[in-house]
Amino acid sequence: MIGATSFSPLLLAAGAGADSFLERLPLVIRDTVAGVFPAPLQWLVGSTLSIVAIVAIFGGIFAGLTLVERKMLGRIQNRPGPNRTGPMGLLQPIADGIKALTKEDIVPRSADHLLHYLAPVALLAFSILTFAVIPFGRNLVPLELDAAVLYFFAAGAASELAIFMAGWASRNKFSLLAAMRALAQLISYELPLLLSFVPIIMLAGTLSMTGIIDAQAGWQLGFIPRWYIFTPWGFAAFVIFLIAALAESNRSPFDLPEAESELIAGHLTEYSGFKYALFFMAEYFGMIALSGMAITLFLGGWRAPLPFLEFIPSYAWFGAKLLVLLLFFIWIRGTFPRLRIDQLTRLAWKFLVPLALVNLGTAAFWSLTSGWSGALQLVRWALTIAMVIGPFVLLGRGLSGTHRPRTYRYA
Amino acid sequence: MTIPFLIIAFVTLVPAAVAMALRNLIHSSLLLIASWAGIAAFYFWAGAEFVAFAQVLVYVGAVSMIVLFAVLLTRHTRIDAGLAPDSIGRALAGLLAGGAVFGVLLGAVLSTPLRVGAKAAAQVPVKRLGLELMNHHTIALLAIGILLTVSLLGAVVLAATDSKGKGATP
Amino acid sequence: MILTPLHLCLILSSALFCIGLIGALTRSNAILVLLGIELMLNAANINFIAFWRYGPNPEAGTGVLFVVFAIGVAAAEAAVGLALVIAIYRHQRSIRLQDARLLKG
Repeated sequence: MIGATSFSPLLLAAGAGADSFLERLPLVIRDTVAGVFPAPLQWLVGSTLSIVAIVAIFGGIFAGLTLVERKMLGRIQNRPGPNRTGPMGLLQPIADGIKALTKEDIVPRSADHLLHYLAPVALLAFSILTFAVIPFGRNLVPLELDAAVLYFFAAGAASELAIFMAGWASRNKFSLLAAMRALAQLISYELPLLLSFVPIIMLAGTLSMTGIIDAQAGWQLGFIPRWYIFTPWGFAAFVIFLIAALAESNRSPFDLPEAESELIAGHLTEYSGFKYALFFMAEYFGMIALSGMAITLFLGGWRAPLPFLEFIPSYAWFGAKLLVLLLFFIWIRGTFPRLRIDQLTRLAWKFLVPLALVNLGTAAFWSLTSGWSGALQLVRWALTIAMVIGPFVLLGRGLSGTHRPRTYRYA
Repeated sequence: MTIPFLIIAFVTLVPAAVAMALRNLIHSSLLLIASWAGIAAFYFWAGAEFVAFAQVLVYVGAVSMIVLFAVLLTRHTRIDAGLAPDSIGRALAGLLAGGAVFGVLLGAVLSTPLRVGAKAAAQVPVKRLGLELMNHHTIALLAIGILLTVSLLGAVVLAATDSKGKGATP
Repeated sequence: MILTPLHLCLILSSALFCIGLIGALTRSNAILVLLGIELMLNAANINFIAFWRYGPNPEAGTGVLFVVFAIGVAAAEAAVGLALVIAIYRHQRSIRLQDARLLKG
């Protein structure tokens, strides 16, 4: 029932007839392979191909990213990074994989064996599920849903459960404490994450990813794309989204749940070998998925940034934007010191959430004044920018004015 | 048509029943979360996409966290506190009452001839739902908003301790 | 007598309701009682969706909207209920419902 409504490879290919050959290439490959099989099996083969492609491509990106991250962090810290395995250390991910696979899988004797095993599997499964609705190209939406944005965050919400399972099943009080801390962080940052893109949904008028990308089509002044990041409220929302996404994917400077140099890897303490690698993989997949979401919501999805560059296939643009965002995340990791847990929660509840709520009002004002033109257009821009900067300054002042001794209540 | 339904019913009912019988609270909660996910699958099967995602987001994402936190914050041992001496009688009475209710409901459902609309249910687009929510059900929406705000504040007030008083309870 | 899909859905929901009911009646742990009540609410939601899907007028989204509201109310109920459980625990050092009898006359 679900498969029949959402998937029809031949129809998709027919609709894409106007595009260039390169644009259609992935669909052509899929339909050619699926065409070998009898008609009743075609949707199954097509879906399997999509799934295999997603897992293979993003698995490859994950492997490459671990190497790039270590290289870049090395350069930032003035050291060479991995350079012994293969030419320039290019084979390092393979060596890491072999190491993770052949390591002994240690499970504490009193651990809850089933849950201990289930936690990394569930985390990885949920993070792969989120890829299902991201539009990777003009015709490359694995699953076209009417409520795709909701689906994305519903699948992402389940990852908290996996972290709890990991912490509890280890039967280690430090694991459990760290898991609860990680959950507090994830719950705190889910709020600004969800609130930051509500204005987008309000202005695009749809929850479908394709609809949101369509709403960002066209050019202002002939060459500036109508992406949401190029509006004052959209920029504010993008920054909030990025900060919350960093926290949601446990990336530095919000990597308190792991904090490998200060805590003993938090809820991952009792994990080793391939299970640990699965957690690691899920974390990177989560980061890639959230970057894909940021691209879709704020950066015009697979659209080209300049009109004369539209001949390059859409998935190449998506890949380029993804690469830029991922490198940006690595850059941030190499640059910022880690936050304390009280600073972390304060940033979420006292700064990001109010800012996102105010931003909702700003976006409403923007959409109400869409009829203004001429000089009024300048007034509109000035007012919106003021509505973004004013709360930022006011709230930011409250945030930095808290340099007083801390009292520990639960430590 | 019915095979997926039967699978969904199995995935929903069995974890729920086992959860209600287990003595390990964490396992019960996790099994109940599986049951909630099964209910979300039922909504998806019935064509109510939006409700299915809302169910996952609210139950699997949020309520589960509250439940697990509550279990961890109120637990002496891993096992449910020992049953009272009269609990066998209570359990039997509860089972009897529940079984009786199920019997009555089952009889009522089976003896009622229900006509099923011949046409397949149309997918309700999310946009239509939103418009209806904002036009016909505005009051209900506002009431839900107020209810959620009040319950949030109430939960904070109930669960918070005085930090300035005698100090937090250990 | 023919078993229509609607019948099946109603049987599912009544079974779920009764599981929740039995749980709420027999368990002495306040959290599990609350969870049983949540299950009963979910069973009611299943009925809404079933009647919306197989009823005479599936184009109207009323059943769907009712479930959305019910989910919202259930979330509020869970939050307040579990906060109450924690408050009770703080006073009684136990969440057995038999122990919470201060107001019993």
